[in-house]
Amino acid sequence: MAETASGNRGLMLEEPLIFELDSPGQCGVDLPEPPPVIDRLGGLERPGPIGLPGLSEPTVVRHYTRLSQKNVGIDSLMYPLGSCTMKHNPRINEKLARLPGLADIHPFQPTSTVQGALELIDLTAHWLKTLTGMPAIAMSPAAGAHGEFCGLMTIRAALEDRGDKRLRVLVPESAHGTNPASAAACGFTVDPIPATARGRVDLAALKAKLGGDVAALMLTNPNTCGLFEDEILEIAEAIHQAGGYFYCDGANYNAIVGRVRVADLGVDVMHINLHKTFSTPHGGGGPGAGPTVLSAALAPFAPLPAVVHDDKGFRLVEHAGHSGAKPCGRLKGYHGQFGVFVRALAYMMSMGADGLRQASSDAVLSANYLLAELSSDLTPSFAGPCMHEALFDDRFLKGSGVTTLDFAKAMIDEGFHPMTMYFPLVVHGALLMEPTETESRDSLDRFIASLRSLAGRARSGDAALFKAAPVFTPRRRLDETAAARTPVLRWRR
Amino acid sequence: MRYLPLTDSDRQAMLAAIGVAGIDDLFKDVPASARRQAPVDLPLHAGEMEVERRLTALAQKNLSAGCAPFFIGAGAYRHHLPAAVDALIQRGEFLTSYTPYQPEISQGTLQYLFEFQSQVALLTGMDVANASMYDAATATAEAAAMACRITKRTHVLLSGDLHPHYRSVTATALQYSGPEVEALAPDPLGTEDLIGRIGPDTACVVAQNPGFFGHLRDVTALAAACHAAGALLVVAVTEPVSLGLIKAPGQMDADIVVAEGQSIGNPMSFGGPGLGLFATRDKFVRQMPGRLVGQTVDEDGRRGWVLTLSTREQHIRREKATSNICTNSGLCALAFTIHLSLLGEEGFRRLARLNHAHAVLLAEKLGAVKGVRVLNRTFFNEFAITLPKPAADVAEALAGRGILGGVPASRFYPSYPELGEVLLLAATETTAEADMDALASALREVL
Repeated sequence: MAETASGNRGLMLEEPLIFELDSPGQCGVDLPEPPPVIDRLGGLERPGPIGLPGLSEPTVVRHYTRLSQKNVGIDSLMYPLGSCTMKHNPRINEKLARLPGLADIHPFQPTSTVQGALELIDLTAHWLKTLTGMPAIAMSPAAGAHGEFCGLMTIRAALEDRGDKRLRVLVPESAHGTNPASAAACGFTVDPIPATARGRVDLAALKAKLGGDVAALMLTNPNTCGLFEDEILEIAEAIHQAGGYFYCDGANYNAIVGRVRVADLGVDVMHINLHKTFSTPHGGGGPGAGPTVLSAALAPFAPLPAVVHDDKGFRLVEHAGHSGAKPCGRLKGYHGQFGVFVRALAYMMSMGADGLRQASSDAVLSANYLLAELSSDLTPSFAGPCMHEALFDDRFLKGSGVTTLDFAKAMIDEGFHPMTMYFPLVVHGALLMEPTETESRDSLDRFIASLRSLAGRARSGDAALFKAAPVFTPRRRLDETAAARTPVLRWRR
Repeated sequence: MRYLPLTDSDRQAMLAAIGVAGIDDLFKDVPASARRQAPVDLPLHAGEMEVERRLTALAQKNLSAGCAPFFIGAGAYRHHLPAAVDALIQRGEFLTSYTPYQPEISQGTLQYLFEFQSQVALLTGMDVANASMYDAATATAEAAAMACRITKRTHVLLSGDLHPHYRSVTATALQYSGPEVEALAPDPLGTEDLIGRIGPDTACVVAQNPGFFGHLRDVTALAAACHAAGALLVVAVTEPVSLGLIKAPGQMDADIVVAEGQSIGNPMSFGGPGLGLFATRDKFVRQMPGRLVGQTVDEDGRRGWVLTLSTREQHIRREKATSNICTNSGLCALAFTIHLSLLGEEGFRRLARLNHAHAVLLAEKLGAVKGVRVLNRTFFNEFAITLPKPAADVAEALAGRGILGGVPASRFYPSYPELGEVLLLAATETTAEADMDALASALREVL
């Protein structure tokens, strides 16, 4: 392709770093001159320039608009990133989170002036407790991994409270990496448990590992292979009989909302990713929220703060010492990801009990549709039905010279965000597809047609196409090895 | 239901393609006893108009900061947000994207995170910053854990002028992973001796500047004492706007800097989401928690950005990772980066001077009120005063007059009666002089 003089390629516009647009002295904000005062800095003035660029508002707006155009989101295209749940993010949620009465309030205002905010937290908690059937909830965790940490901290606190020194946590090999990392952060040791040929926890192996030193089992259900753990009641019973707790990783809760209450599965504690299941935007990596539902046994150990309600209205409990509670501490500044709660509550109210159930049904239906329609061109790892995501491995690419990575990059040229690659680790060259309930059938059919076509081209020996992909993107494949070998992590003049 | 594109005929056709009779067949792996046939006991779906009505009703039960003379800080600050910030972060390509796992179609996110990392490093005076943490409280805990890994020591010393939430979050987070956390008594006068508390097991000292009670502190000597003892100095910053006027932690030889970025680009939003800033020295980069974006080139030799050094992270290293963090505060980081870009060197420095000048004015006006004593000799945009009666009662009385007049120290330290009459106040560029006068005259009435 011929190079242009500008380096731009039509709508693919090159954009320098913001620092390289520096026009010294320019400013995109007009602020008044400060009133003259005698400073109270005690000689601690900052010496030398900071090094920030000077820019006008139009320059800044164009810069970030151009950067946005080098990106894609669920607004742009199908984004079937398995385990990440890229569903539609309704804009009414954004609008409501920006109401001054919700966005422009301070966490330390007298509680008499934030009764609506406390009620909103309480109402969000009520929806989540009712949907899961669990009696208690900790609202403060900031994201999924933070919710895992919260759940494990309550377990640790409960064990200490009964004078029990158990430290071993069982985690399936297929688990998200956050599970073992969270367990380690709580001072637990991690013991992996294997999967069966059916892609589920090996119950016999699990039972063999159980003993008086097992604090908890961490299990994702539906699991990371997209399958429901059909022996879950036996699993829960076994861990409980051994005196341990059952932590359910709720990353995949979106498959069962409104159809299954986790309380009915023997779960003691589960975090909920509001940024997955309840439609709040992922924002390029956050913010999320990870409220964590708790059984009655673990409820006293929930972290601070708590919102409580009495005849005088809503109150915040910010310190230990109230009746019966033995909080495991404080996990986060202030009162949780309030702005994310607003969005999740708006979504839950919009969908209602009926809509949430329909959403999980449609998510599972769409994943099974992909599994069925792609099973003769790609290689499903396990027999269906699956839940909200369909797992394939790279056997269909055997002998073609094409890897899962190459296949994913070719999907980009087809106009799709790739599925999750190489996760879970329990199958070879995993391709984990989660269409979610917010794709139309047309969209699913176009995706299926593209994948069939790509699989056919791989089979027919067209490896070069895959190795070169992507080509229709602002950048082609990037050299990650060089980036890690000599890290350049910031701009320098 | 407006968010669900499948029609009933789509559903029937899809079930037929799958080869099952009904949706329940797809849930056959769920034990029968756990399958629910009826919807749970919650309201049914509602239209946008109805949802807006219900949430607006809740919003109206709150007194928002813009509707009252407002003087609360203590870790969350009200600043003016240029309209362009919110317009840009709501572009769907940013808002609705995931963590940038596919760099060829995520250069927008990756580049702004690289710019963000660069800005945070410049502000804090450090070598390198990560792509954000949840908030400064959790970032403080991560910094203390990192210091323990680097020094292979176990004593973490927390200043009494460190934000009480950062203190309790750090104590909670490290409770079971080995370190021993020592939190000094609250230090409203800024007179504690940290250097004398450093011992041979000390992994790090965590100080805050400006302090929770507002005092400014030159930590250069503290850093030297830490280094002489083989310990690290962690400096927390609750108000990053201060870095436009006062010496940066990196200029005072800090080893790790954590800060709350909410102040720049983000609304207070009742305290969440926040934006944890995390910066350190080049030599410690492989012990950092969180994601990092690095520069590289693509196959055509064009400059681009990727997530890098991920062998520190949980998805590769699992239980041996430097942290369990995955989702961070990406969109808040974008807002920070855009706001700071709009301000630039001149605007940011002027914003800082404006904040300080307003706080000085406020301190002068309140210091003239009978019974009020300003505790601080130095401060940036917040300070502490003592009152002749319990500060919690005064704050309530002011709220009753429609004034959000600071936060009582007893809210954080109920078991320290000597703090019962201490009130913390902040002023920013949004604080009008008329509001200061309203506070002063209301205080004259309630004291």
